[in-house]
Amino acid sequence: MDSTAVAQTGTEGKNWGGGNQPLKASYGKLMMWFFITSDALTFSGFLAAYGFTRFKFIEEWPIADEVFNHFPFLHGVDAPMYYVALMTFILIFSSVTMVLAVDAGHQMNKSKVTFYMALTILGGAIFLGSQAWEWKNFIQGEYGAVETKSGKILQFVDNDGKRVAIQDFAPRHESYRQQHTGDKGAWYVSESNLPEYHIDDVKEAFKSNDNLLVRTMQLNEEKEKTILSREESMKYLEERGVDLIFGANLSKNEYGAPLFGGFFFFITGFHGFHVFSGVVLLIITFFNVLIGTYEKRGHYEMVEKVGLYWHFVDLVWVFVFTFFYLV
Amino acid sequence: MAHDAAHHEGSTKRIWSVFLILSILTIVEVILGILRLDVLVFTEIVSMSLQNWIFIILTIYKAYYITWAFMHMEHESAGLRRTVVWTGVFLICYLITILLVEGGYIHDVYVNGYMTWDF
Repeated sequence: MDSTAVAQTGTEGKNWGGGNQPLKASYGKLMMWFFITSDALTFSGFLAAYGFTRFKFIEEWPIADEVFNHFPFLHGVDAPMYYVALMTFILIFSSVTMVLAVDAGHQMNKSKVTFYMALTILGGAIFLGSQAWEWKNFIQGEYGAVETKSGKILQFVDNDGKRVAIQDFAPRHESYRQQHTGDKGAWYVSESNLPEYHIDDVKEAFKSNDNLLVRTMQLNEEKEKTILSREESMKYLEERGVDLIFGANLSKNEYGAPLFGGFFFFITGFHGFHVFSGVVLLIITFFNVLIGTYEKRGHYEMVEKVGLYWHFVDLVWVFVFTFFYLV
Repeated sequence: MAHDAAHHEGSTKRIWSVFLILSILTIVEVILGILRLDVLVFTEIVSMSLQNWIFIILTIYKAYYITWAFMHMEHESAGLRRTVVWTGVFLICYLITILLVEGGYIHDVYVNGYMTWDF
């Protein structure tokens, strides 16, 4: 019997002596916390990469207030930040209803859990819709810009420094050919829409329009974009302009540094994907609450675990809000 | 049972007061972001404007409330709390320092090492 004896350390009753649960949390909750920790590091990696790129192009990064300045039903009104602030509130409030649901779960109050979880799902769905609208505005763009030989961006302003859209001063491009669609030529060949505007027309229109100036990506000492003089504007546009950009995609955008668009899509997209999976988890749990699964189980710990994930999504948004829209 | 009810009332109150704090902090951030006061925007502290420092500190403060109150971190054991928070905080600080310093360096190389990048 001696050979199987285990050395006694005299710490058996203590927290880390073995034989008890020092973290005093169930397996499921513990694993959710570890998942959240690793996911937090993933998001930090993305945001730190965003910071890296921004520091690399610190003197020409787009100004968030100028990019995200739309609000529903306020067309053409410059409303920086209000919309994201609203989205932040929606998400924080859905966090509140979530924690109220968890709280009701502790009291085994099924109807209250149901009610608060429904509100949380609603909040998550509204947030996702808002994000879709935000993406739509970002992708569509508003003013358009000229791309230079070196891949930089030139934007247009009037004499007062107010942004001018390319569509407002340049004529539509009269193409010498029509769009090739399947029914007009070889049926197996087609092409995307012909560009509506052309860089040569923009250059011509700019020359004949005296109150237009060019704005570069460069930030000046006032932390605003540099506006060139009329002569310099002409020279810049004539010598450097090679193409037009409307809106944003993964490789170019009319707001400035191409990577700005990439990071916007990737980080808000990855966060949106988290919100989406959160809503799916919430819906599954919601129906389980309805059919009384947790009532029978005797505790609502599943609501608590999904709640942890949901709060984490809110937590990440707080940081995305700061680093994308405020700083 | 009476004790449970009292505890419950306290926790609901805490939820609403934390919501109030988070809302106020967000409103302050938005107001500062819209006003862009010259005093805050043009005062540099450790290579960042005072405005940005305020935003970041308020954000961390909000993160603290969300984790502690909403995620019930304040009721977890010290071991679990440290496992999650210290790991995150140390690794994130390390990551940010390395990447931001490196980004600044590459910026300097772009500016000083070449004739121009804008042609």
